[in-house]
Amino acid sequence: MKKLSARRRHPLAALVVLLLALACTGGLYAAFAPAGKAQADETAQSLAIDEGKKLYAVGCASCHGTGGQGTSDGPSLVGVGAAAVDFQVGTGRMPAQQPGAQVPKKKVIYSQAEIDQLASYIASLGAGPSVPSEEKYGPEGADIAKGGELFRTNCAQCHNFTGKGGALTHGKYAPTLEDVDPKHIYEAMQTGPQNMPSFPDTTLSEQNKKDIIAYLDAVNGDETVDPGGLSLGGLGPVSEGLFGWIFGLGACIAVAVWVAARTAKAKKS
Amino acid sequence: MSTAANDAPRSRGKAPAGERVADWADGRLGIYSLAKANMRKIFPDHWSFMLGEICLYSFIIIILTGVYLTLFFHPSMNEVTYHGSYVPMQGQLMSEAYKSTLDISFDVRGGLLIRQIHHWAAIIFLAGMFVHMMRVFFTGAFRKPREINWLFGFLLFVLGMFTGFTGYSLPDDLLSGTGVRFTQGAILSMPVVGTYISMFLFGGEFPGTDFVARFYSIHILLLPGIMLGLVVGHLILVFYHKHTQFAGPGKTNKNVVGMPLLPVYMAKAGGFFFLVFGVIAAVAGLVSVNPIWAIGPYRPDQVSTGAQPDWYMGFAEGLVRAMPGWEINAWGHTLVLGVFIPLVIFGIFLALIALYPFIESWVTGDKREHHILDRPRNAPTRTAFGVAWVTAYMVMLIGGGNDIVATHFHLSINAVTWFVRIGFFAGPVIAFIVTKRICLGLQRRDKEKVLHGRESGIIKRLPHGEFIEVHEPLSQEQLHTLTAHEQYKPAEIGPTVDENGVERKAKGTDKLRAKLSEAYYGEESQIPKPTVEEYKEITSGHGHH
Amino acid sequence: MSSQDIPEENLPAEQDAPHGAVKVADEENPFADPGLPPHEHRIQDIDEQAAKRSERAVALLFTVSMLATIGFIASFVAIPHDKSIFIWPLGHINAMNFALGLTLGVALFTIGAGAVHWARTLMSDEEVADERHAIEADTETRAKVHADFKQGAKESVIGRRKLIRNTMLGALTLVPLSGVVLLRDLGPLPGTKLRHTLWSKGKLLVNMNTNEPMRPSDIGVGSLTFAKPEGLEEHDHDFQNEIAKAALMIIRLEPDSIKDKRELEWSHEGIVAYSKICTHVGCPISLYEQQTHHALCPCHQSTFDLADGARVIFGPAGHPLPQLRIGVNDEGYLEALSDFEEPVGPAFWERG
Repeated sequence: MKKLSARRRHPLAALVVLLLALACTGGLYAAFAPAGKAQADETAQSLAIDEGKKLYAVGCASCHGTGGQGTSDGPSLVGVGAAAVDFQVGTGRMPAQQPGAQVPKKKVIYSQAEIDQLASYIASLGAGPSVPSEEKYGPEGADIAKGGELFRTNCAQCHNFTGKGGALTHGKYAPTLEDVDPKHIYEAMQTGPQNMPSFPDTTLSEQNKKDIIAYLDAVNGDETVDPGGLSLGGLGPVSEGLFGWIFGLGACIAVAVWVAARTAKAKKS
Repeated sequence: MSTAANDAPRSRGKAPAGERVADWADGRLGIYSLAKANMRKIFPDHWSFMLGEICLYSFIIIILTGVYLTLFFHPSMNEVTYHGSYVPMQGQLMSEAYKSTLDISFDVRGGLLIRQIHHWAAIIFLAGMFVHMMRVFFTGAFRKPREINWLFGFLLFVLGMFTGFTGYSLPDDLLSGTGVRFTQGAILSMPVVGTYISMFLFGGEFPGTDFVARFYSIHILLLPGIMLGLVVGHLILVFYHKHTQFAGPGKTNKNVVGMPLLPVYMAKAGGFFFLVFGVIAAVAGLVSVNPIWAIGPYRPDQVSTGAQPDWYMGFAEGLVRAMPGWEINAWGHTLVLGVFIPLVIFGIFLALIALYPFIESWVTGDKREHHILDRPRNAPTRTAFGVAWVTAYMVMLIGGGNDIVATHFHLSINAVTWFVRIGFFAGPVIAFIVTKRICLGLQRRDKEKVLHGRESGIIKRLPHGEFIEVHEPLSQEQLHTLTAHEQYKPAEIGPTVDENGVERKAKGTDKLRAKLSEAYYGEESQIPKPTVEEYKEITSGHGHH
Repeated sequence: MSSQDIPEENLPAEQDAPHGAVKVADEENPFADPGLPPHEHRIQDIDEQAAKRSERAVALLFTVSMLATIGFIASFVAIPHDKSIFIWPLGHINAMNFALGLTLGVALFTIGAGAVHWARTLMSDEEVADERHAIEADTETRAKVHADFKQGAKESVIGRRKLIRNTMLGALTLVPLSGVVLLRDLGPLPGTKLRHTLWSKGKLLVNMNTNEPMRPSDIGVGSLTFAKPEGLEEHDHDFQNEIAKAALMIIRLEPDSIKDKRELEWSHEGIVAYSKICTHVGCPISLYEQQTHHALCPCHQSTFDLADGARVIFGPAGHPLPQLRIGVNDEGYLEALSDFEEPVGPAFWERG
């Protein structure tokens, strides 16, 4: 974990991100530019639904049923909304590899365009939360401290003080929130994926969600400062105790061995 | 002391200044007779004899840094709004205790460093005491005349735990507040008096507005005061008894071999203080500990996953986590066994190791002084008992962090808890058996070495074609060291008929003692050490191999 | 049988103890203690060059310490206290803490290293044997002390004047009671404080996040919301004490998935309000798994089935979470219909 975060903060990381962003922008432009202009929105929408339906029939229908009504292998998708699709498929959780205690995050296999098409199709099955626009989860107008308080009230019990994740029953877990796209955090709060409860706008307002995301970015983002030094995973006393034993006491004992050792004797000639 | 005085020239018939100061002090304090006995006191060299020094020095470091922290810390639970320099807490309501801890961390230059030194030193202090205690245990250094010092050390460990607990609870942050809440719940579980103690300790209902101030005086005055007294007593006894030593040439039960306090140990021990302080200061500069700013102020309706106490409370935490939820309701009262039993086991488990020296001396019936240390292998039953104790302790440490274990090894938390529940009972038994076997194996190897010499790794071909490995005979130093240990014979119940022919009934305690003694020193529990006759027979009989 | 009765032959023989003198190999007893081995010299003892090198090494270490202390002071003065730097592999950390810790560490460590190197290479390393003396007093001293004590006791007439002894013991036993009595005002008596919370009939359920009362339609199936009683504000002086008992966790289940009859009765359209305070030792329990309806306590892993009367299904908690009976008032807001019917939080002796 330490290794991972170290790599993430590698100086070249920014460059890589920049290159990726450029590549994505270019790719997206190539994909959308010719189509976007000519067609009216509605046609685009129904086209997307059609495309999404095709994708759905191939990748999702075996578990969630041909019409999204759900089967014994997967829940009904009627009314889950586009946000749920964008989260589940956008983080690679869906399509699931195998049933288990929890479907883990993995490599995303659909392009964002395909995900949007899938989302349009699912949204057409029944009204549900839509994919949030960027101003909803962006940092403007967010109150970080308020977000912290909300986070500790609503989220920390599962995800830890600063979103490092934690254990649930029978092998389930609340994943770490490090490196999670703010959009996906927003969608997760809205839709309550898997065993996570949902926090709909009626009980956790849009502003509340924005605050929480801003807080997470402040305490668990790429630029977060750990004033004290190495954060030991942010896991609290367990990792501190281990470090204290192995490196703290270990170093003291190593020094003690040197202090007490015999000085080398002169070789007998 | 007045070393300068000794080498200084006495040219004008007047003693040099240092000597005059020393003379002046001696006339009033009698320091010379004290110095006579102690200035050239001998200390044996062994790294494991310095574990106690690690504890002593980290204790001193804790006191020094602790005094500094009191200059800035406000032990008050008055509610204030934060307007300091840490952005993610701006405008939050918090207690003054929490706010002043944030200020120490962010607005007092070097405050964060001192806080971290204080906390790291506490973690290392307790870990050091644990290891030191185990060293004393496994080498049998607790035997007469050092039983009282063993108890002093044990008390220091226990008081250290509670000083640590009251200390990390002071910032009134969400993590430690959760721990205080647990403590309050545990107090409530005590039959009859629980609710009263809770009300009195917290000045009313939990959390109230008093506990930080009360913990503060306990943390900075009451407990460290007692500990300081115990430390001084502990050290005086170490000086008075003189240090133990391992068996070796020239080392007997009646002497102590090593280097004098002045100058060698003055330099080594004094230097070691700086070395330990240096290590801890560097660790505190590089590695974060208890980042309370990330944890948030305490509120009884908030919590974070991964809520653990510092490591030394992990054993108690594990017991509480592993315990099934038993609760008895009868006659309008509730017996909260699910919490109360772990509390009792916690006490018994610690008492077990504290009382061990007395148990062992009762079993052996040995009233003599022991200044030569045992090698752990030469006391297999004691060593096995100690390893079993440590195993149970470690299993419960895992239990105390079962959620972190579960997430990091991708296990089910329920499975980890079950492992701990079973492991607490099965682990020590297995550890006991395995350790005893290993000890006996090592004893056999020692015997082999004494009788047949050391394997030299040189292969020789005999005239008739047989290959043998040449065994080098051991030097007399090595022979002595390997055979210096004492071996007890199991005690018997004794005659049941006394000299007048009156029959006497063997008491239950006698039978128990005979049984224990058999378990300790019976044929199953030690390999008879080689005798001179055996050695002579083999060495003269058929050469060294 | 006291331990003194253990026959001597069961105790191992005392080691015969020659000490000090170096002895030649013993033909009679090859295991006998050969005595301290002869002292061997270190390089520094015989080679002045090597000793000089050691001296310079020690001096260098002490000099490094001085430089590090200067570095410490310089860092303290020069580095802004809120400046952060990136240091691999530590991450983004506070520059001052890093600089101060490292310089202080070096300054201290090199003093120690210098002193130890000095002791190890330049101070005499000849091992010396020191005699131990018996701790126990000899019989004469022992007899004298006992006699003195008896004499003193006799002169005090305490043995004869029983009345004095008894009244003195009585007085000494009673006097600490004043100290115990003085502790009385540390806190109030428990009374029924642990049995009541702020909840009562008609109190609205106020959302912790928005500080607004809630309507049933706000709460979706699978959602989790935390609530406090109307009128309790964060800056109230007794907020902490009250929220420690009154905190609620509100979930919504499909009414037909509620297995417990009373739970269903006390709920409203599948909306269930449970105490957020664990019945084990009082941690706020709220790790709610919306698919399994289990709530897990992050402190000690007590697990409650919220669809079945919050029955304990794992862990150290001894009884279910208390449920708050809720309904809807005339304006359509969720309200409490009474206080909790049993004490919330950890169990205690008087709970019953």
